Amino acid sequence: MTDLTSLTIAQLRDGIAGRQFKAREVAEAYNAAVAGATTLNAYTVTTPDDALAAADAADAGQSNGPLAGIPLGIKDLFATKGVDTTAGSHILKGFKPTYESTVTANLRKAGAGMLGKLNMDEFAMGSSNETSTYGPVISPWRRQGSNVGLTPGGSSGGSAAAVAARIAPGVTGTDTGGSIRQPAAFTGISGIKPTYGRCSRWGVVSFASSLDQAGPMARDVRDCAIMLEAMAGFDPKDTTSLDLPVPQWEAGLSSDLKGKRVGIPREYRIDGVPAEINALWDQGIAWLKDAGAEIVEISLPHTKYALPTYYIIAPAEASSNLARFDGVRYGLRAEGGESLADMYSRTRAEGFGAEVKRRIMIGTYVLSAGFYDAYFTKAQRVRALIKRDFVQAFEQCDVILTPTAPSAAFGIGETTDPLAMYLNDVFAVPASLAGLPAMSVPGGLDAQGLPLGLHLIGPELDEQIVLNAGLAIEERAGFTARPEKWW
Amino acid sequence: MSVSIDQVRHIAGLARIAMSDEELARLEPELNNILSWIEQLSEVDTDGVEPLATVIDQKMRLREDAVTDGDCRDDVLANAPKPEHGFFGVPKVIE
Repeated sequence: MTDLTSLTIAQLRDGIAGRQFKAREVAEAYNAAVAGATTLNAYTVTTPDDALAAADAADAGQSNGPLAGIPLGIKDLFATKGVDTTAGSHILKGFKPTYESTVTANLRKAGAGMLGKLNMDEFAMGSSNETSTYGPVISPWRRQGSNVGLTPGGSSGGSAAAVAARIAPGVTGTDTGGSIRQPAAFTGISGIKPTYGRCSRWGVVSFASSLDQAGPMARDVRDCAIMLEAMAGFDPKDTTSLDLPVPQWEAGLSSDLKGKRVGIPREYRIDGVPAEINALWDQGIAWLKDAGAEIVEISLPHTKYALPTYYIIAPAEASSNLARFDGVRYGLRAEGGESLADMYSRTRAEGFGAEVKRRIMIGTYVLSAGFYDAYFTKAQRVRALIKRDFVQAFEQCDVILTPTAPSAAFGIGETTDPLAMYLNDVFAVPASLAGLPAMSVPGGLDAQGLPLGLHLIGPELDEQIVLNAGLAIEERAGFTARPEKWW
Repeated sequence: MSVSIDQVRHIAGLARIAMSDEELARLEPELNNILSWIEQLSEVDTDGVEPLATVIDQKMRLREDAVTDGDCRDDVLANAPKPEHGFFGVPKVIE
């Protein structure tokens, strides 16, 4: 009997539809795997009955959607009706929404069940999961000959670890500045952030609203396409939702890149990045050439300014979004406050962790009278230039290839300087600022046996070229490495 | 631009986050580090560049001005830490 947790979503879907095995067996296998992996700290809450109910509905022929009976892990940023939704924060502990996010509602409509909620950096602020109120997720990966606990990346770190450890066949993630792609790279899985507006943000706890975008993370490119099709779609409840039909990305998959031009941005060769990262990038170029693509050098002149721009815009929007956490309507309320203002500030002091406070403070400062133009308006102008760089680049190429992250996964507690931590997203942030679809696929292992990712950025609304170039790399990289089970 | 500890205290007040002197002292160099790093944006010539607020070009959609939802008081209050008589309870505001 095949180990059902070793199959991809496409294989599970086809196996369930073809009655080779029951959806219930799949859900049971995953529930058992989840229960056996608590050491990883990937799930904050498990919902085995939810997974079983969706499976039984599929087995009884009551649901025949594209994900009928497939159990998924859901990042704890998505509101799930009646199930704890905490955004990894103490301030939302015990919050049980009375509504369901549009993305998870879409997944349910497609027939999927839920294995549980996945751990994440608090309010998605972090690149290592160390800011979660539940403590860090431990990556299933380890360096060769070492048992040092490594980070799965962040903020969708629980999501990434769950897929890599085979305790979910696919998961939701969210990406504000790289939170799907960097953890995908760190854990040897695939993940795509679609064009801004493809997936509804309704019911997703807000971090930086002009950047936040949900996307899938899964074992391979096809599974990402399947999940994204189910998640995406117009939602009148989100004013930034795109009123466009959802393309059939899975049916459109093709790794033949003949006639396509792949852009290599010269500004992404950054000093201090390990040689292995650049070597993998060169390997990626060779793979895409082999798939028939023509390689062109392009320039994205404002690349260097993307990260500082991001660290003005994202905290500014976060400080505004997180103003709603004041102890009145939901979440924590601090005791002992004498006045209303006192209650607000004690609640927020108790409820938010250090990184969230740091970003609210930066955001409050850059939005304050006297500094608004110098910081926030300036950053929005630079953001316009970053977007223009991409528009001009896509006149010369169809898709852009870069590394995903400037290093392999690092150890928990190894990076303590906030600025050094922010640099993790140096390659991921520009595409976020421009709202473009972008994906990470595994490319290979570094000398210590840890996964490294390659990153593809496409023009607005062209997820297909991103998926197709990702597939071309996937086929050639032949990445089959898995973390050895130690948990 | 750099911030003094008094300014950090002022920002914490604006952000409605209570902070001890110790916490303020720890935050001051951190904020200054980040602020001096983002200062590099002043090198960029942005004359005549419109600030970008909407990343994907689309018109703001307005819905019909009509009640589409409601009659769900208990849902709205379900997660409130101190609901009272069908309202959100807060510490006394008026004597």
